[in-house]
Amino acid sequence: MIIDKPLKIAIASGKGGTGKTLLSTNLASLLSVERKTLLVDLDVEEPNDLLFIHGKTETVIAQYKMIPEWDESKCTLCGICSNVCNYHAVVQLGTYIAVFKELCHSCYACSELCPTQALPMEKHQMGETTIVTSGHLTLIESRLAVGEEQTVPLIHKTHDLVNQQYRDIPVQIFDCPPGTSCPVVAAAKEADFVVLVSEPTPFGLNDLRLAVETIRKIEKPMGVVINRYGIGDDAMERYCEGAQLPVLAKIPFDKQIAEHYSNGQMVYDKHKGLRSSLQQLIAAIHHAL
Amino acid sequence: MPSDIHKEIVVLSGKGGTGKTSVTASLAVIAGNSAVVADCDVDAANMHLLLQPDFGQTVEFYSGQLAELDQELCTRCGICADICRFNAIPFHEDQYRISSLDCEGCGYCAQVCPTGAITMKERRSGNLYTSRTKAGSTMVHARLDIAAENSGKLVARVKNDAKAIAKSENKQFIIVDGSPGIGCPVVSSLAGACYVLLVTEPTMSALHDLKRVYAVIKRFRIPAGCLINKYDLNEEKSAEIRQFLKEEQIDHLADIPFDPIFSSAMIEQKTIVEVSLPLKHLMEEIWDRINTRLNTKKEAI
Amino acid sequence: MKIAFTATGPTWESLVDPRFGRTEYIVLFDEEIDLITVVDNRSVSNEAHGAGTATAQKMYELKPDILITGNGPGDTAAQALKHLKMRIFVDAHDMTLAKAYDAYTKGKLREI
Repeated sequence: MIIDKPLKIAIASGKGGTGKTLLSTNLASLLSVERKTLLVDLDVEEPNDLLFIHGKTETVIAQYKMIPEWDESKCTLCGICSNVCNYHAVVQLGTYIAVFKELCHSCYACSELCPTQALPMEKHQMGETTIVTSGHLTLIESRLAVGEEQTVPLIHKTHDLVNQQYRDIPVQIFDCPPGTSCPVVAAAKEADFVVLVSEPTPFGLNDLRLAVETIRKIEKPMGVVINRYGIGDDAMERYCEGAQLPVLAKIPFDKQIAEHYSNGQMVYDKHKGLRSSLQQLIAAIHHAL
Repeated sequence: MPSDIHKEIVVLSGKGGTGKTSVTASLAVIAGNSAVVADCDVDAANMHLLLQPDFGQTVEFYSGQLAELDQELCTRCGICADICRFNAIPFHEDQYRISSLDCEGCGYCAQVCPTGAITMKERRSGNLYTSRTKAGSTMVHARLDIAAENSGKLVARVKNDAKAIAKSENKQFIIVDGSPGIGCPVVSSLAGACYVLLVTEPTMSALHDLKRVYAVIKRFRIPAGCLINKYDLNEEKSAEIRQFLKEEQIDHLADIPFDPIFSSAMIEQKTIVEVSLPLKHLMEEIWDRINTRLNTKKEAI
Repeated sequence: MKIAFTATGPTWESLVDPRFGRTEYIVLFDEEIDLITVVDNRSVSNEAHGAGTATAQKMYELKPDILITGNGPGDTAAQALKHLKMRIFVDAHDMTLAKAYDAYTKGKLREI
């Protein structure tokens, strides 16, 4: 069978703690029972998927961003680098050029505009990517190093890796960071479909509205999964109806689900309710596409 | 401790969904008018849903830059697209255009454009609000624009406005709802903190994230305390957390049992201390303990 | 020698500010002429980023021989200061500037 393009599904949410990891890990595991599946953890500040997937670690790849390094021997102290840097990452202090790595966006302006090539770009490790396999499931986790401040470069690098080396895996699930700002945009940019997970409380609804706006900005088809269904009220369902957002599945609030999750265990193979919610979700995504 | 004018307490969690905002709002109600409240969780802020701020003052916030291309001056030489590292200048329908979603405002294109067709403009990234809350206190909060860069600058602005207000209104405390994660918004939330209150839950994920955020906090040498929310959902994990707290000498402030009142209070737009007497007493106790800890440190000097 | 302190206030009785980048004040003491100069750094505290940069720049302008502080500057700022021939002493937490100066003269502070 020729696969022309893998199906990419992003799992996102505005609010943290609504169940992205629960959904991503269980959905990917369930799908992998019958086919090769890829799960990519792009919540690079706090990646959690690996806690739930027990398999074989195939490899750990160091991930680098390019940062200018000052070569004093070539520097004429002209100050062009300091003037062109829009992030205060390169600063001239008299006879010294200071490079503040955390602030650098790797735009290459200082390096390429330096008249004497005194700021060559060098590799700086910003995190690492771990590849784990378990049956038909491949998990790719990217983890930002503590002390690093920018998540987007690592998210981009991970997408590159997936597109270069894992195109043969037909179904790809992307666990996105929470929120509505640029890391989410970077994570969901490649998706064919975005699943927004939320909980039926005022916080959940407030953040879902913002998340919907974010995904609308990148023009992706989307649907909603209501997790912990039952703990709040029906305001969320009414909102989805009004906004013409398909509710793909409702996962009921259940202490058993919470307990398995808290112990770092898979839930779909132990809990019929979750399993059928996931099957509903899969069918709904098929339908939507 | 940096400033003896006011005491700054920052509430963090690492992981989302542990109850951080509910707890912060509760402390704000208890502290009442002795505190200025700062909602630094600017990406999908929630505290306003509980404290009913009046959005008295709104100010636009600008951070970073965006490239702007004047088509009249453009000769379509393509140098800008060649050097742009963010693929932000696509060529489409016979024109080069700046993609605002991709542009990171580095200014390199503006530097190299031979006709000066590209200029850098200040970029609007959100709104900043100063409000009066239902507890009678002043609250500084913000909303980050959709898809904007959360660099921590808006967080820093919220904090600094809160500090300025605490000084001018002579308030004893600043209570900060911090950002999730470990990146620069969190670091911004922490700058100037006298005490960090960690709110966590007994799950593997939460403990994992707690350890990561604590690694960031440790570098700042700020005293910390922890609250285990929903502790009874997994007693084993709660014990594991307590062990971690002991090892790192983090005050174990309290355990809160799982209570559906967290959600029902939210629906009524109330904090838990307004609807539950036992939780009110618990939060008052926690507030007292934090205060004692802060005063003890001061006396030691 | 010129000695700079990161400080929470402008007098000898003020406490050392443990932070470098976001220190509220920089107090410069010129041993030779027994004079204190105070630089208000509070606008830099407003910076989410570049606080270390801006404060390092101020240090470059003031050109002290010694810096006494609490936590110490981050790596990049520290390297910049050392390149400018400054010596950095840390661990002066919870001390007044007077006590910190005394500790420094008695060799009780740690040099990085």
